[in-house]
Order: sequence, then C-alpha cells, then structure tokens
Amino acid sequence: MITDRLRAAAPPIVVGGVGLVLWEGSLRLFNPKGFVLPPPSEILGKLTEDWETVLTASQATGYIVVTGLIGGVILGIFAAMLVSQFRVINETLTPLAVAVNAIPIVALAPIFNYWLGLTSPHSNQAVVVLLVFFPVFVNTTRGLTDVAQGQLDLMASYAAGRWETLRRVRIPNALPYLFTSLRIAAALAVIGAIVAEYFGGRQDALGPVIVQSAGLARYAAAWAAVLAGTLMGMGLYLLVVVLERRLVPWRAQPDLM
Amino acid sequence: MTSPPELQAAVETRSANKVFSKGKPNQVVALDDINITVRSGGFVSLIGPSGCGKSTLLRLMAGLVPPTSGEVLLNGKPADMARRDREYGMAFQRASLFEWRTVAKNIELPLELLGWSKSQRAERSQEMLDLVQLGDFADHFPNQLSGGMQQRVAIGRALAFKPPILLMDEPFGALDEMTREHMQNELLRIWGDTHTTIVFVTHSIPEAVFLSQRVLVMSPRPGRIVADIPVELGERSFDTREDPEFFSKVTEVREALRAIEEAQ
Repeated sequence: MITDRLRAAAPPIVVGGVGLVLWEGSLRLFNPKGFVLPPPSEILGKLTEDWETVLTASQATGYIVVTGLIGGVILGIFAAMLVSQFRVINETLTPLAVAVNAIPIVALAPIFNYWLGLTSPHSNQAVVVLLVFFPVFVNTTRGLTDVAQGQLDLMASYAAGRWETLRRVRIPNALPYLFTSLRIAAALAVIGAIVAEYFGGRQDALGPVIVQSAGLARYAAAWAAVLAGTLMGMGLYLLVVVLERRLVPWRAQPDLM
Repeated sequence: MTSPPELQAAVETRSANKVFSKGKPNQVVALDDINITVRSGGFVSLIGPSGCGKSTLLRLMAGLVPPTSGEVLLNGKPADMARRDREYGMAFQRASLFEWRTVAKNIELPLELLGWSKSQRAERSQEMLDLVQLGDFADHFPNQLSGGMQQRVAIGRALAFKPPILLMDEPFGALDEMTREHMQNELLRIWGDTHTTIVFVTHSIPEAVFLSQRVLVMSPRPGRIVADIPVELGERSFDTREDPEFFSKVTEVREALRAIEEAQ
C-alpha cells in the first residue's frame, strides 16, 4: 500500500526535481539578468525571509478563497436543485446563468469595488462566488437530471414521490458531477481571488503583494507570493480529491484527475 | 367485491388501447384492443418484432403510463392503484441498479420506501441474496459485478417485498447466451419457489417457449395480440431445450411471427 503510493508519487517528484535543478542550474550557469526569472533558491530564500508577510497575505487571500468558494458552491447547488425540479425556473434561470457566465467576471472586480467598497473583502468574495457558481451549477444540474430512465421508472413503480426520488436517486447521482466541478472551482477560486485583489480589497493580501513587489522590481518576493497561491490551489484540489474518495466510494477513483 | 384469489386474474386488460400524440399528425396507435388474462401464478410471455408495443403494454400493466381507453387491472385493481399498493415488482433489460448503493442496499431500497426497520430489511435482503445465489456479494458495489450478477440482483430487488406479480421487460436481453440460459433456469426455480405471477417481455423465441405456459404473439402498428400459444412442456429441465416438443413450439411461434411479417 505504502510502496504503491511511493511508486505513484516518484515520477512527478523526480521530474519536478529535475526541472527545479535545470531551472536553478541554467540561471547560475548562463547568469542572465537575474531579475527576469529568479532561481528557485532565491524564491525560497525570499519566502523564508518574508515569511510573515507571505503568511498574512495568504491568510487574507485564503479567507476570500474559502468563503467565496463555499458561497459559490452553495449558490450553485441551490440553483441546480431549483432548476432540476421546476421546469418554469429552468426556462428562466438557465439562460440567465449562461448570460452571466458570458460576462468576463474578473473584469467586474473594479465595479464591485465601487459597489461594495474599495477595501471591503465583499467585492473580492463576489468575484470568487460568481466564478465558482457556474461550473458547479452546470455540473450539478446535469447530475440531477441525467438519471437513467430505468431508475426513474423503478422509483415510479415503488410509488416514490418527487422528494424521495430527489433524495435517493437524483442527489447521489449528482455527487460525482459535483466533485468534477469542485476540482475546477478550487483552482478558479484562487485565480479569481488574486486577480480581484489587484483592483481592491485588503492591501496586505497576495494580489497586492504581487503587484507591489513586481512594481518595485522585487521579483523573488512576487514569485514567493505566487508560490503561496499555487500551494493554496493545490491544497484545495487535494482536499476535494480526499472528500470525493470519502463521499463517492462506489466509483473506481483515478488518482488525481 | 373481490372474488376468491383462485378465480381472480392476476393481470387483466380489457379492450386496452394506447395512442400516442392523439389527434396530432404524428399520432401513433401503439396498442389496439388488447385483451389479456393472466391467472394467478401463471407465466406468460409477450413476444413480437420491435415496435410492436410489448414494452408499452408492460408499462401499462405497471401503471407507469395510463391506457388511452379500456382497463388494465392487477389483482382486480386499476394498474395505477396497484402500483401504489406495490402489487408488482419490476425488472428491466438494463439491471438499473443504483451504483451508489451496495448490492444489499439496492435490494433494500423498496423496503426502505415501505418503511421497514433496518433489521427487517437486512434479514430480507440476505434472504433475497440467497435466493439469487449472491449471498457473498452483499457489500459489493454494482460495478464490481458481471452483467449476469447485476441482473440477478435486479431480480432479487424486484422480489424483495414479495409482490404477487413480477413484470419483466427483456431482463436477459443484454446477456450472452450461456448466462442467459443459466438465468432462465434460475428464474424458473425462483418462480417455482415463490408462486409469483410473471409477465415476461422478450424478443427471443426459444426463451419465450422455454419459460412460459403461454406465449402471446404481438404484431406492430397497431400493436395487437395475434396469437395465443399455450406451451405444455411440463417441468423444465436441461433436456427440455432438446425436446422435439420444444422445437415444434418454437416453430409454431416462429410461424406466427413470420405471418405478421408477410401481412405487413
């Protein structure tokens, strides 16, 4: 079991490691102007040096990411439930959701700042909520409605009502779809939060730290903040994978995808 | 009001018609004047070319769709009421198991809906698993089973609350020949053990002859019963499939089907 895990983990670790060595080595060997792309050792050094700044920034951004993600997921699931249960709502809400999705949501960040306050976290959260909403809504709706006719006939033959069918068939059927969307949403939430932070919200969050560091040509510091955002996205993705294994045990799970 | 069980038909259709898109240009008469009586404990097969309405007829019996006119009665009750009273169990060509439930939990689903206690459910599902000879697979998920095993689970589930009637829509249609014959033997064994009335839709002539006491042959557009062929082969065994009497019945059904083709 443990050796299996090691065997699965070895190739990406080796390739990743070789990549880092090449990155570091080529920069040292050819010694271009180091500020364009700092070597990993410098980024790591900056990360430990500016540990407190990065930690504070990660906490500020993490708060936006997690709350926005939860909000978007709840909203997406709720809308999917409504749409799948009521035809009238489906015909009204689905085109609207599609229209909202066509808006470049990140571009709304400055407008949200104007509406919800330049330094308030709410404008950043709103961007994340909207970004997360759509994939969750679309996938969950699909899962709630894409039920085999035989299974529905069977429930009808048991004289099961709408609620029983929703609870015992549609919702479990939708779970794998929901988790697929959560994998997408986890990355989207981090991207959305950081880009939204470029335009407003707390000034000590990852977005402003990246902008300010890059502006002052402190590239290693900018990269250290990017690294923190990457780790956050990976952490959330892994959390989704772990939850999926717990809650969708009937599916033979591929490891990460 | 109700007659004694031995006199009452388990399944009865009286001048049942089913018209889809009635009054529109694409109107289809799926079933035309269907009169069937299946006595309690009987095993009747419906056979016919695809599009003859045999599945629709079964859905009518299940109360899943209402007849356009006429009556469909199960144990003397209109089909829709019989559905609410759980007078029948149903099995389809695709096993239609719930993939998120273990084998035992699949069998227990109808019992959950009936409000049975956990211990009653566990006891019955074990009993059903033994009946379909899958006692060791209670905690497996459906996708860990072969097609034949899944179909056995579906039959166990259909029988879980011991309904007096079993409606089966090509339940072995997706299985390979070997598994199929095995499942036919199993079904006859279960039928003998449980005295359930069975209405069985199939498009396999030997299957219909091997299983049933009566084979009803249907013609398409509009769906009608064109022949009612009694099959008296006695107790079925391995040798039945090689019995000259079996072959002559197969021929009789085949000729009834060919007559339809020629008439079209």
